[in-house]
Order: sequence, then structure tokens, then C-alpha cells
Amino acid sequence: MLEIQNLHTKIGDKEILKGLNLSIKAGEVHAIMGPNGSGKSTLANVLAGRDGYEVTQGSVEYEGKDLLELAPEERAWAGIFLAFQYPVEIPGVNNVYLLKAAVNAIRKNRGEQELDAVEFLALIKDKMKLVKMKDDLLSRSVNEDFSGGEKKRNEIFQMAVLEPKLAILDETDSGLDIDALKIVSEGVNSLRNEERSIILVTHYQRLLDYIKPDYVHVLSGGKIIKSGGPELALELEEKGYDWIVKDDKGENEAA
Amino acid sequence: MSTNSENMEDLVNKDYEHGFVTDIESDTVAPGLNEDTIAFISKKKDEPEWLLEWRLKAYRQWLKMEDPTWAHLDIEHIDYQAISYYSAPKSKDDGPKSLDEVDPKLLETYEKLGIPLQEQKFLAGVAVDAVFDSVSVATTFKGKLADAGVIFCSFSEAVKEYPELVKKYLGSVVPAADNFFSALNSAVFTDGSFVYIPKGVRCPMELSTYFRINASNTGQFERTLIIADEDSHVSYLEGCTAPMRDENQLHAAVVELIVLKDAEIKYSTVQNWYPGDENGVGGIYNFVTKRADCRGDNSKVSWTQVETGSAITWKYPSCILKGDNSVGEFYSVAVTNNYQQADTGTKMIHIGKNTRSTIISKGISARHAQQTYRGLVKISKSADNARNYTQCDSLLMGDQCGAHTFPYIEAKNSTATVEHEATTSKIGEDQLFYCKQRGIKEEDAVNMIVNGFCKEVFKELPMEFAVEAQKLLGITLEGAVG
Repeated sequence: MLEIQNLHTKIGDKEILKGLNLSIKAGEVHAIMGPNGSGKSTLANVLAGRDGYEVTQGSVEYEGKDLLELAPEERAWAGIFLAFQYPVEIPGVNNVYLLKAAVNAIRKNRGEQELDAVEFLALIKDKMKLVKMKDDLLSRSVNEDFSGGEKKRNEIFQMAVLEPKLAILDETDSGLDIDALKIVSEGVNSLRNEERSIILVTHYQRLLDYIKPDYVHVLSGGKIIKSGGPELALELEEKGYDWIVKDDKGENEAA
Repeated sequence: MSTNSENMEDLVNKDYEHGFVTDIESDTVAPGLNEDTIAFISKKKDEPEWLLEWRLKAYRQWLKMEDPTWAHLDIEHIDYQAISYYSAPKSKDDGPKSLDEVDPKLLETYEKLGIPLQEQKFLAGVAVDAVFDSVSVATTFKGKLADAGVIFCSFSEAVKEYPELVKKYLGSVVPAADNFFSALNSAVFTDGSFVYIPKGVRCPMELSTYFRINASNTGQFERTLIIADEDSHVSYLEGCTAPMRDENQLHAAVVELIVLKDAEIKYSTVQNWYPGDENGVGGIYNFVTKRADCRGDNSKVSWTQVETGSAITWKYPSCILKGDNSVGEFYSVAVTNNYQQADTGTKMIHIGKNTRSTIISKGISARHAQQTYRGLVKISKSADNARNYTQCDSLLMGDQCGAHTFPYIEAKNSTATVEHEATTSKIGEDQLFYCKQRGIKEEDAVNMIVNGFCKEVFKELPMEFAVEAQKLLGITLEGAVG
């Protein structure tokens, strides 16, 4: 469903991704790991269509379409969801109001009937249980005065309601204590199915104890330098990133 | 809105009932202002001698005054001798013959506000086949109001029917010579609204200039006088919420509110006069003096305004808190787009003991617009334990616009508490991207963020007004980002 080939991107003059390749099939969960500054969040943002990232080379194909041609909202309509590393606060805008607008914007653009208040309420009641959302988070302004854990939980709650085909979770585990991590992971796990693909961007193995990926990739220097199964994550936990990064450099030098 | 517009549609569709023919069509006065012009206006309106004297006195004071230049506004020189100070309402034949002749952009706006076709025609000044029957509307409402003892009529009518009340209160809050524009208004005002709520009466409905909508053609120099007698309550809605095209360049109104013991006035405005085009050509100069006098103990005034129109706005609805425990509130949203300029704010003058005031001002600027909040909080020596809370927030869209804040605080009583908070923010790229990533289009996202920003003010508006204000904001700011 997602095919990234030789992706190069720049922010300003700085090249971040330098020839990234990644192929994801429906229903797969891929973890992208790597040291700080390796380009993990850049990848997440480029896939979601954030401004300020210039793609200089390569292609991204999503469900047979050129993803890079689409505006951010068009990507959302096509089923791409980004759980933000730093969820944004929007003062005065009700959390549920935003979500209802999102649900109906997506439905409208897919030619589906928009939900009325009653139908929408029934939908979210169900999904709230998934991440054990407290009622009062619904009536508050979007992410305003939410704790770090509440913000991340809210992201997964939105994901549950919007039911994306491809969900990109950008360091969803950062800033979570162990209880919150469990709740968020359970929420994500319950959303796994044969059609939904998930990209987990994370710095730590810890998240992968709870959400078991099908594949683990190590991103360093703007490229994926090693891919493997879940066992790769454990190896990273044990040895850190240095050995692979060094290996990679060695190879480069040799080449 | 919906109920209002349905009413309006019914009215417009109603059969002609009462004839309402005027023969003042031929009445025009040549441009220019002198004592003869004023005498002409006064005679035309069949006014008593004292009022003519009052006008002339104002005029003589005005002659000695100069245009104010202290505001952060760029105003082209206004030639006061080039303005015609009395012109009869335009005859049907002068107006556009059908909607085809009306600016399509204006119609687009009406469309978006959901204004029914008949009403659109009316607002655009198209001759409507069914005569808009203001007389019978007024009768229906007036019956109900009369039962409660409430007086609500045009200013001219009040001068004739209730001269004692007018004489007692006119100019008692805003003296004729208060400022340049109030002096001009006092000399040449043509009509306006008058309200009196008797002792102990809670006005049974929200009073709206809407059902005197046809009087809005009086245009340039209106005068509003509202008196809330002891222990009474009234909510007054001003302004046509639909964007009425007005060819007048200068709009200088005066509004006076008198609040006696234990009484309360809530005054809501949605102002959407013609702002000029994208290049800053044309548009209304809106120079308005609005002031409330809380004369009695425990009295309360609340100003709520949503300003999206006018090329230039110069307006500071104020409260004089004389009575002990009196309360003044000012909630404002001002939007300036393109080349619009606004210098607006409020004055809270604390005189009585335990007086309280709240100021919430939300300014939004887009493109090349410049906006200023200017506010005065004055605590007099006598105002023991006075409290003020001021919050001024500015939201900028794009990098060409400007927001300025000039808060003045004068405190002469050490028991007073004055708080001031101010923020300036830009609509964040992050906020927009967040919304777009969730599938919401940029335009809708901007709307949502701006409305969130204004929420504290909108919640003070009567329900129907709030809905329209939100829509209006969206229309005003359309395409302002990106």
C-alpha cells in the first residue's frame, strides 16, 4: 500500500533524508527506530504533507497514487493519519467539535453521508473506552491544559474514531509513564487489523514490548541501514545504535 | 437568525396593509453646513425651539473644534462642507431595478449568511414588489411593549411624544461638545432610536433595531438614547447583521445609555458596514461615540460588539460607574482585513465604591490591516475597592498587518485592583497543519481557530446574533491566509 523509493528531502539547505526506501503492505506494522536526528520525524511529516519539507528526489506511492501530489487534507481523506509527536493546542476550539468536523470532512469527501450529532456521539462513546478517555477531555479545548499523557491518548482516540488505513505514530511513547504507555499500546493493538498499516516511529524499544511490529527498521543518516524482525529491536536495546551505525559507515568507506 | 429571517420573510410577503407614502422625495439640501442648514433640518422634523437651540449651540462649539488626530489611524482629509446633511430617503426609482444590477459580491455574501431572497432585495435597496410593511410590524411589537410600559420608538417620534424625557436625558451622558464627532452629530443628527424602560420592568423581548430596519436609511448621523429606570432590565441589539451597502462616507453616531439604581442594560452590536474593496478604495468611516452612565447603585452595563465592517472604525463604548457597586463590561471582537483600520476600545471610569469592570478585547488583523486597542481604566479617589480586569488578545494573519495596544491606567485610590493581560499571536502553521491532517480544509480550519479565539466574546451575544457573528467572521476572513 505504501512504496517509498529513493526519497531525498531537504529542510532549507539541510538534507535530511538521503535515499530512503520502504515498502509496506496492508495490515503490517513497521517500527522505524534510530538515533536522534536520523530523520525519523522528517519521514513522518513528509508522509503527512507538512510544509517546509522539500522533496528533491524519489517517489512515494500510496495505494497506487503519487502521494506527494496530494495536499495534507487530501491525504487525510485518503486514509492517512499522523499521531503527532507534539499535539497542537487550539484554544477555544472544543475537542469533540474538531473531531466531528474531521469525521464529517472525511466522510463528505468520500461521498459518504455526514454524521449528525446523535450518530457521532454513539461513535465516540464506543471509541472512548479503547483508550479509557475521561469524559471531561471531550468538553475541553483541543489539547489545552492536557497533560503529556492525555495529549497522546487523545491522538490515539482520534485515530480510533477516524479509522485510517495508514497510521503514522510519531514518538507516541515519548513522555508517557508506564501506565499511560500500556493504555495507549492497548488502544493501538485493538486497532490493528488486516487492512490497516501502522508505522511506529520511536526512539526506544520499550514501546515494542507492548506493540509487536512485523518489521523493525533502523534509520540513520537519512537512510534505512538495517531491517529485520522484532528481534532486531531487542538487539538494539542491548547494544545501542552505535554498532550498526559504525558498521554502516564502515561499509560506506569500503564502498 | 432563522426565526428572525422567517419573520422578515413573512413580513415582506405580507399583503399591503397600511399605506406609507411620503412626499419628502423632493427634499434635498445643498452640500455644506451652516446655521441655515441646521434650521432647515430642525424645521423639516418639526422640532421644538429648545432642540433647535441645542443643535445650534452644538454647532457653534463644533466650529471651534478640530478633527481628532490622536488615534492610530490614517484618515484622508474630510471636507465637511462637501457633505449634504439632509437628504430624503432615496426613491424607489433611484435604486437598482433588480438583483441583476446589484454587486454580485454583495449577493454572494447574503447567500452565505442565508438571507432569504426577498430580504436580500430589501437590503440591497431593490424595489420590492410587496411593500415592506413596517407599520404593522411595529404595531404588533408595540402592543406587547406598551403592555409592559416600555417605550421604543424613533428619536423623532420621541421628541414629539415624550419631550420631557428627551429633554431631561439628551446630552446628559455625551455632552454635545464632548468631542468633534459628537458635536457634529448633535448639530445635524436626523434620527435614531429611543428606549425607556419604566421602574421595575423587565423588557419582555430583546429590542432590536431590526424591526425598524427601514429607518436605517437615516444613515449618517444617528442618535440613540436608552433609559433604564430603577430596577429595570433591557437587552438591545443594534445593527443590521446583514452587510448593508452604504454609500455614505461618514457615519458619526452617538449612543447614550442611562442606567438607574439596580437597573441593567445589555447592548449588543454587530457592525458590518461596507469596508471598502481589496485595494482600500471606498468604505465607511465609522466614528461613533457610545457611552453608558451607571448613575444608580448596583446598576450594570454590558457592551458587546462584533466589528467586521467599515474602512475606518473609531469607537470606544465606555462606562461611567458612578453608583456604588455598579458594574461595567466590554466584550469586543474587531476584525480588520485588507486595508481596514480600527482604533477601538473602551473607557471604564470608576467613581462609586466597589465598582467593577471587565474588558475582554479580541482583535484580528489580516493582510494589510492595522488595528489598535485603546483603553482607559480610571479609578477616582472615591472609588474604594474598585476592581478592573482587562484582557487584550490580538491574532495576526500574515505578516503585513499590525496590532497595537495602548492601555491607559489611572489609579487614584490605593484600595483598587487593576489587572491587565495582553497577548499577541499568529495563527500557527502548526494549528493549521494539525487541522488539515485531520481532513479539515484550510478555510474551515481558519474559521474554527478564529472562532475559538473569539469564544469568550461570542458567548456574551444573544444566540441568534452569535451564530451570525461566527458566519460573518468566516466571510470577512475568507482567503486571508495563504
